[in-house]
Amino acid sequence: MSLRITLITAGRILRQLLNDRRTVVMILAVPALIISLISAIMDAAPAVFDQVGLILLAAFPFMLMFMITSITLLRERTGGTLERLMTTPTAKMDLVGGYALAFGVCASLQTAIAATVAYLWLDLDTVGSAWTVGLIAIVTSLFGMALGLFVSAFASTEFQAIQFMPVLIVPQLFLCGLIWPREQMAGWLQGVSDALPLTYAVKALQEVQVSSDLTAAMWGDLGIVAGAVVVATVLGAATLRRRTG
Amino acid sequence: MPPTDAKPSAPPPAITVDRLVVDRGGRSVLRDLSTTVPAGSVTGLLGPSGSGKTTLIRSIVGTQKVKSGRVTVLGDPAGSKPLRNRVAYVTQDASIYPDLSVRSNVAYFAALYGRRRADAMAAIERVGMGEFAGRLAANLSGGQKTRTSLACALVCEPEVLVLDEPTVGLDPVIRDELWSQFRALASAGKTLVVSSHVMDEADRCDRLLLLREGLFIADDTPGDLRAATGTENLEAAFLHLIRELEETR
Ligand SMILES: Nc1ncnc2c1ncn2[C@@H]1O[C@H](COP(=O)(O)OP(=O)(O)O)[C@@H](O)[C@H]1O
Ligand SMILES: [Mg+2]
Repeated sequence: MSLRITLITAGRILRQLLNDRRTVVMILAVPALIISLISAIMDAAPAVFDQVGLILLAAFPFMLMFMITSITLLRERTGGTLERLMTTPTAKMDLVGGYALAFGVCASLQTAIAATVAYLWLDLDTVGSAWTVGLIAIVTSLFGMALGLFVSAFASTEFQAIQFMPVLIVPQLFLCGLIWPREQMAGWLQGVSDALPLTYAVKALQEVQVSSDLTAAMWGDLGIVAGAVVVATVLGAATLRRRTG
Repeated sequence: MPPTDAKPSAPPPAITVDRLVVDRGGRSVLRDLSTTVPAGSVTGLLGPSGSGKTTLIRSIVGTQKVKSGRVTVLGDPAGSKPLRNRVAYVTQDASIYPDLSVRSNVAYFAALYGRRRADAMAAIERVGMGEFAGRLAANLSGGQKTRTSLACALVCEPEVLVLDEPTVGLDPVIRDELWSQFRALASAGKTLVVSSHVMDEADRCDRLLLLREGLFIADDTPGDLRAATGTENLEAAFLHLIRELEETR
């Protein structure tokens, strides 16, 4: 692995994104707009918005990063550039690192904008700091990126890649506590929810919501999400093969 | 196939293919291929569509899973780390980023190979894409994409350059210019393997490998091939060889 090649790769991916205005707008503005919309919908119940808006700060970038990564990597695989890169000095982890870095930058900008809008204009209220919320959101969106990297190996068209959304992403969104409190779900659903990494991102956010301290529980939950990022990245990297049949 | 015995004075071959067997999709695609490619030459890999040209090329650059046999390039196993900035590969379909400009594409590969931006511009000029440097690759014609893809390989200044059907669909003038460049690279000591499914480029090569259904049916110079088959053009020589093989079956 080489830091130089990782940086070159990240630069190339960012340049690709910059040449696609619509994607730039989607990455930077859409999460903030969606949160504003939710805030308007929940205008009569600010306490509910404090719950839902907060979760969306992490959940929406998670979904978006999954989409963008699975499609850009799929293009890399099907367009022949992946095979070509494998004949250059690029190591697999340089490529994965390049993607993580490039999309990490995107996720940070996206989160910064969405959080600024939510805290300053939409009166989102948390006891803990917005910085911690931002950190959780970025780690969560890296999990989306890593999942996207992994599934791109199992799709041969962009349409197939998008089909993984309802399979891998939507259940996590529904069971993480975004649309219904976890404690009020049937026992077996709570069990499923416990097995899904996004749940721990939400738990970490809920810790920040009620506590101004960086609690051990918050770090523990965030650690689980970070662990899921590592596992998904390793699985994803394993699908990048230098030699194929 | 005549074994190419290395004479004591001859330099070591740039590429050695030794009893290569490759299966794809459950079928045997390359069946026991052996040959050597001398350094500083242009070798034409000719054969009809589906004969296994791309598969052999992928084996030489080390992206193809092989069943048995060995491919050695510049003394190292094909695809191994020390070869990754000495061997460059131009894929059959232009492998470039459609959402990057010509300049950004070539500059990216230049950077990966540890070359400078100025080298990227020089490579773009060499393939005659200077006036399109700022254009997005998605908006190029097929031939322009191929030339951009070629520039991404040339920028590496590779010792071995492997090109899979690089001249398909190109303007005859540009095709001629590219072949002159291939010749110039070979004169400078580089080794080129160029595949094609048309015979009209065969005379530009120092040596020809004729591939059919995963087997070499000839491994010779264009002149010797004509002489051996008693034919004037190489298309006829190819046919002659196929007929001869089918009779002996
Ligand atoms: N990805 C693949 N999976 C299975 N079979 C393949 C694949 N790619 C090529 N083949 C088969 O391998 C044979 C040789 O293909 P190829 O090397 O691409 O030939 P050429 O480049 O000479 O046209 C063909 O019969 C083709 O159908
Ligand atoms: Mg081919």
